[in-house]
Amino acid sequence: MPPALSATGLEKRYGSVHALRGVDIEVGEGQLVGLLGPNGAGKSTLVKIACGLVRPTGGHAQVLGHPAGSLAARSGLGYLPELFRYPDWANGDEVLHLHQRLSGSRGGSAERRELLELVGLADVGDRKVEEMSKGMQQRLGLAQALIGEPKLLLLDEPTSALDPAGRIAVRALLEELRRRGIAVLLNSHLLSEVELVCDHVVIIAKGATVASGTPADLARQSGVEIETAAGVRKFAQATRDDVPRIVAELVAAGEQIYDVTVVRSTLEEVYLEAIAGSQP
Amino acid sequence: MNGVVTIARYAIQESLRRRVFVVVLILSVGFLALFAWGTSAAFDEVQQHLDVGESPFHASETAGGILLGLAMFAILFLGSVLAVFLTLGAVRGDAERGLLQPILVRPISRMSVLAGRFLAAAAVCGAYVVVMFYAASAITRWAGDWWPDRIIVPALGMAGAVAIIAALSVLGSVYLSGTANGIAVFMLFGAGLVGGLLGQIGDALPSARLERAGTITSWGLPFEALYQNSLYDITADAKGIDRVIVKLGPFGGAHAGGPGLWLWSLAYLVIVGAIASWAFSRRDL
Repeated sequence: MPPALSATGLEKRYGSVHALRGVDIEVGEGQLVGLLGPNGAGKSTLVKIACGLVRPTGGHAQVLGHPAGSLAARSGLGYLPELFRYPDWANGDEVLHLHQRLSGSRGGSAERRELLELVGLADVGDRKVEEMSKGMQQRLGLAQALIGEPKLLLLDEPTSALDPAGRIAVRALLEELRRRGIAVLLNSHLLSEVELVCDHVVIIAKGATVASGTPADLARQSGVEIETAAGVRKFAQATRDDVPRIVAELVAAGEQIYDVTVVRSTLEEVYLEAIAGSQP
Repeated sequence: MNGVVTIARYAIQESLRRRVFVVVLILSVGFLALFAWGTSAAFDEVQQHLDVGESPFHASETAGGILLGLAMFAILFLGSVLAVFLTLGAVRGDAERGLLQPILVRPISRMSVLAGRFLAAAAVCGAYVVVMFYAASAITRWAGDWWPDRIIVPALGMAGAVAIIAALSVLGSVYLSGTANGIAVFMLFGAGLVGGLLGQIGDALPSARLERAGTITSWGLPFEALYQNSLYDITADAKGIDRVIVKLGPFGGAHAGGPGLWLWSLAYLVIVGAIASWAFSRRDL
């Protein structure tokens, strides 16, 4: 089974601007991958190449085993753009109907009803887009992206217009998608969101990958702190495995131990460290 | 094909919801009412003062041709306005508003999107100019008992002319933002009409250079040649002094296009479509 998305050496130039400089990324079947990076890092360009909206200058991208942008690749994906806009004259149900026709979905009204319910818009399907709040339009965008049971979802800042309750609902939705085996590439600025739901995180800056791994791998141990009668002593290079030995040595030396903490970096700290130098 | 039909349906549905057609209907009825009033007054004047029984000059015939020619100019203009406004933001305008990207991610070709937008505009505007042409013809019949010599080819020519305008507007939308595209297409429209008028003047003078200018315009912008052909056909059977007077006016077609015009117009649509499709396929969104 080919990965839902794989890209190797992806490059993109816009005139003199080098938006992507050889990015590698893979989203496995049913995997939820978070894409992090500062503004202008190339995240949206990467997502748009995967969608076929932007042509890469170099490298290769495949979606479900097909070249990104091909009809076969686009048949299996759903996309929520960062700038989400839907025809303001249509209502929610009509927007979904249009995308059903374009994607060849045979789900009919049952699929539309289920998706509107999934994103919390069951009661406002007949409301015109122009009468919806930004948050409602973004949720409609999520429902639109799910038309035709895609195997890969590309979500570009899917919670940018949502309130905290809406963000929690989207997190629950992402968990539900994982349960259904849908792969997701989640481009987000919200580190907590990515840390909570993603299986894998890729951090890019200035168009290049600067860190990659599971949230647990990235939030790595960074030493041990031991509180003694004389104060807190830090062992910067120590790991969890070193704790019994260090404690034994301190006790043998006559120290009294009150607390032991294995220090871990947060994803935020890892992120800031990774992008250091790429910020203006 | 399913994609083309869906996009065309979507474009027409948008126009219906935005009440474009209601506005067009109201303005068109207003235009036809004014045309009926003016035509009736003109025929009354002509029949009272100019129609002389035994004269080789048939004033009512000539007036009918000129009045319907005037109406056809207005109809072509209104049809072109409709064609441009239905298509001016088809690519870049919709992409800038974020409306196009979710559609293009679906498994339909970019060419289908262009074809759908073009077909919707061509069908709507084509039907519009045909209906308006027959309505204006009925008015000349009612007001002055005058009917055009040909009624099918002129209507088709007008429909073809607005289809070419729509195709140029779709092509322009790939490169230009909505406002810039609208301005560009209307400038082409004006250039085409002026070129055609120069050709008419060249034919009347006669001046080979002006005629050549008209011919080049007809090849470059065949909507103008189709319009001229339609004008020619409504008085195709006029002879003698009647023919000369109709040809001298700005609303009398100087030239019949012939079958080559129709073939070139079809080829022109294909070429414009191919360029638009090629340019769109290379565009990052």
